Amino acid sequence: MLYRETGQFKTTYAADQQIFPIRQDRIAIGLLLAVAFLGVPLVADQYWLSAILIPFLIFALATLGLNILTGYAGQLSLGSAAFMAVGAFGAYNFILRLDMPIIPAFLLGGLCAATVGILFGLPSLRIKGFYLAVATLAAQFFVVWGLTKFGWFSNYSSSGVITAQDMEIFGFPIDSPVSKYLLTLTIVSLLALMAKNMVRSNTGRSWMAVRDMDVAAEVIGIPLMKTKLLAFAVSSFYCGVAGALAAYCYLGTVEPDYFTLDLSFKILFMVIVGGVGSILGSFFGAAFIILLPIFLNIVLHPLFGLFGIDISTAIVSNMELMIFGGLIIFFLAVEPHGLARLWQIGKEKLRIWPFPH
Amino acid sequence: MKFKKTLFALAATSALFAGMPAAQADDQFVSLLSYRVGPYGNNGISVFGGWIDYMKLVNAKGGVNGVKLTWEECETEYNNARGVECYERLKGKSPTKGTMIHPVSTGISYSILDKTLADKVPLVMIGYGRTDAVDGRYFPYAFPLVTTYQMQASAMLKFISQRLGGKETADLKGKKIAFVYHDSAFGKEPLEVLRAESALNKFEVVEIPVAHPGIEQTAQWQQVRQAKPDFVIFWGWGAMNSAGLQAAQKVGFPREKMVGVWWSGAEEDTVPAGPGAKGYMAANFGVVGKDIPLIKDIVDTVYKAKQGDMKDESKIGSVLYSRGVLHGLITVEAIRTAQAKFGKRVMTGEEIQWGLEHLKIDQKRLKELGAEGMMPDTKVTCADHEGSGKVMFQQWDGTKWNKITDYLEGNRTLVRQLLDASAKKYAEEKKIQPRDCAAVDAGTETGAANKKTAKK
Amino acid sequence: MEFFFEVLIGGLLSGVMYSLVALGFVLIYKASGVFNFAQGAMVYFAALTFAGFVDMGAPLPVAFVGAFVSMIVLGILTERVVLRPLVNQPQITLFMATIGLAFFIEGLAQIVWGASTRRIDLGITDEPIPYILDRFNMVVSTFDLIAAVIAGALVAVLAAFFQYTKIGRALRAVADDHQAALSIGIPLQHIWAIIWTVAGFVALVAGMLWGARNGAQFALTFVALKALPVLILGGFTSILGAIVGGLIIGSTEKLAEVYIGPMVGGGIENWFPYVLALFFLLVRPEGLFGEKHIDRV
Repeated sequence: MLYRETGQFKTTYAADQQIFPIRQDRIAIGLLLAVAFLGVPLVADQYWLSAILIPFLIFALATLGLNILTGYAGQLSLGSAAFMAVGAFGAYNFILRLDMPIIPAFLLGGLCAATVGILFGLPSLRIKGFYLAVATLAAQFFVVWGLTKFGWFSNYSSSGVITAQDMEIFGFPIDSPVSKYLLTLTIVSLLALMAKNMVRSNTGRSWMAVRDMDVAAEVIGIPLMKTKLLAFAVSSFYCGVAGALAAYCYLGTVEPDYFTLDLSFKILFMVIVGGVGSILGSFFGAAFIILLPIFLNIVLHPLFGLFGIDISTAIVSNMELMIFGGLIIFFLAVEPHGLARLWQIGKEKLRIWPFPH
Repeated sequence: MKFKKTLFALAATSALFAGMPAAQADDQFVSLLSYRVGPYGNNGISVFGGWIDYMKLVNAKGGVNGVKLTWEECETEYNNARGVECYERLKGKSPTKGTMIHPVSTGISYSILDKTLADKVPLVMIGYGRTDAVDGRYFPYAFPLVTTYQMQASAMLKFISQRLGGKETADLKGKKIAFVYHDSAFGKEPLEVLRAESALNKFEVVEIPVAHPGIEQTAQWQQVRQAKPDFVIFWGWGAMNSAGLQAAQKVGFPREKMVGVWWSGAEEDTVPAGPGAKGYMAANFGVVGKDIPLIKDIVDTVYKAKQGDMKDESKIGSVLYSRGVLHGLITVEAIRTAQAKFGKRVMTGEEIQWGLEHLKIDQKRLKELGAEGMMPDTKVTCADHEGSGKVMFQQWDGTKWNKITDYLEGNRTLVRQLLDASAKKYAEEKKIQPRDCAAVDAGTETGAANKKTAKK
Repeated sequence: MEFFFEVLIGGLLSGVMYSLVALGFVLIYKASGVFNFAQGAMVYFAALTFAGFVDMGAPLPVAFVGAFVSMIVLGILTERVVLRPLVNQPQITLFMATIGLAFFIEGLAQIVWGASTRRIDLGITDEPIPYILDRFNMVVSTFDLIAAVIAGALVAVLAAFFQYTKIGRALRAVADDHQAALSIGIPLQHIWAIIWTVAGFVALVAGMLWGARNGAQFALTFVALKALPVLILGGFTSILGAIVGGLIIGSTEKLAEVYIGPMVGGGIENWFPYVLALFFLLVRPEGLFGEKHIDRV
């Protein structure tokens, strides 16, 4: 009953084109942001902040980046982690060598990632589909190798590990989990808002045209090269910023090997589970993939204990793996369009509730 | 409605997260960031099995001065992000925040280094992890105990020199040594020392990196064959080890001229390589085997009562199992040391930090524990968070590992110079002021509060 | 020069081992358009099952048959549980489902057989052949040669199977056009179950050979990564492509590691094949032997 848009008339184009055309949505998003910015820091403990919420936001950002590339522009990438690595090491070097404030350093780190992204995006002009994955895989392995091999990137640390410097913004130190969370949240919200606007703009529509059929898009006058490379650049930029945040707000000390192919796969997982081509879905996907293994880990052990089944921890750990895999398959079978689609269905149902149609 | 179900599931999840029972306050709760699945699960099973068995033995004998140990495992799959989550989760389970953390993974050690400092929980890395933390002035809560990679590499050179008929490392002059290593932070750790030693002692080092995961090493070993080195130092982990041994056999390089790091010298590495591993040597902390009184004690007490953690009981007494037992032993001894000062009760992270910084385990104490020869004499101080730096070497005879040398020590001065420089660089980047170790030793400054310099 | 040939031959022989894994990918992709990322997990599962039976005291042939039967069951179950509900989904969804499947199989294998590394002894020694060593001063391993022969035989058998049997013809028909095949009465789902079984067989052979060298351990799942560039280079749909691609990747990656590696600090084996495949693709975007794809609006 509450979710009714009856009586909300759009009298101007601006009103018709706003991001959230339904008033209830606007209120909901406002509330959500208020809770995230004000409520969470008050109630969440350190575990929730540093082990769940911060990585969730960071991965949501990376997923957003990949979603722009894969979901909107239709280019498959298996190298997201590499772009994150470029962002992290880029930001580190900007701060170390130029003594830069952190925000510009993060953004410049993102720009470095964008440059690398464009470079490895070039083959997309000729190669398509799964074959394109090879270009991004090349990026994945090459970048990690380069960061390990050339000592300059890690300031000649003997093991290739970088340690995040202390952070401060306008004199406020960013050292507690709460401050790190707020910094991450701010950056992620702004970038998500930007992405939401971008995909509704001319750029976003050309991306979608290219995704749906690039030959057709070219025929109607969309410059393929510019569009695809822009998608690679924007996507890598998002991943790069996410990487910098991962290094500075989440882990503190990172080695290039953190940004492995597995991480890239994980981000791709988040995109698919959340919903290909959906901004909101990126957040759902990140939450699902981060929470599910933890949830299984927490639930399964006491569960077996409850029924008095005495089995070794190794078996339970393997069960986790199996259930995780099984759920992914189940999920894809039930709702191949991801959590964002479920959300949409839920909204539709709410709209017409209590009537079935 | 699916949607409602999702919501419901979410609500149930959060309820579970919040409502987990905490450990009992009068037990010493130990966080175990274990890995029993994934690429290194094979190794994890033995390490954590040994560790848990030892703690069970201690409990069976009445605990640490009456304080029982409890623990909880959290599966990390050797993955850094999972490790961080596990660390944070287990931290909330007890007022002591998990007593002390052994991540048994270099990657996870790096990822939680800053957090452990902030939480005042000692981070103990026995034979892995951040090695420049030996300088306790800059790293009050990080303990790369017993021996670092650098000391080990240096000791290996001495060992090689002896195998080649010399006595000291200097006798390696004019020789050629190939260094076949896992191309990662772990494998690159000893490079600096090897280069410095080669410049000092005028021998040649051929560096041959193996890309992760290293299951195919034909090209690398052909390079080794081409280079005709006098000896090979093999620095691998996990699947790379057996593959390397097989590849050495394939190109006909004698295994008697190969010495491995201690993560390359376990039954898990040599058994799959079959006859290809015979004669291969590796570094270790001490003797292994089922005949050690402590291991026998575990079998008699823990396994007789069907309480043992190892499903595969043939692995009891293996290299990694013994290493797990040592993890438990060092944990318990640190608690005991702290108790001697602070009283016989549950120790907090800060108290255990003191315990670790005054940890002293010699052969006499080990003999009391039935573990004589399982590790070198170790004495930790504020300035020296390593405590020993010695290693011994063992050889695989096709069925088991045999000790072939006594404890050797590498060029400590050289290694310390390199590590100190690295620690200093870290301190400069992080703007950390060193602690005054003389004051700590005198007892005037116990805490590890590092005052940070004001930013310029 | 000797050394060059030694590396080249070693590389070619390693390449054959990559091809073996790539073959499994090709078979499934050809018949069902699924990029089966679980192939690596299948190799691991097969190797572990084989080693497990041997450890239980079964003679090699019995263990082989036992492992094969397990792979058949796994193949049929996969078709039933994973593929059928996902018919007509976009390729990327299917790809993701196979990653889920990979997790499942990895967990299953370790629950059934334990995570310990098991040794596989096929009775072939992995030592240099003395004759070649003395005569040409080159190292060529007996094991590698036999593995290459087995791989060659496997490809020949598969080619014959596809070419001359009724099922083979049906498989090719399905590969060409699902709907056309359905309309002339080819039972699509049976065909899929068969193709997963054949892929399981290939995984078993690959698992035995890789396992004999490295031990049946979790790292066998990584061989999929070695097979990827082979696959991309050779084309997803060509059996011949998998073999030729394997030979090219194997030999060039070894030569690059030995000759280019030292110049840049080594360890380039991971990315070099991908970059190489990338350059090939720039010339032929559908791989060496892939089917040419024409876009129409």
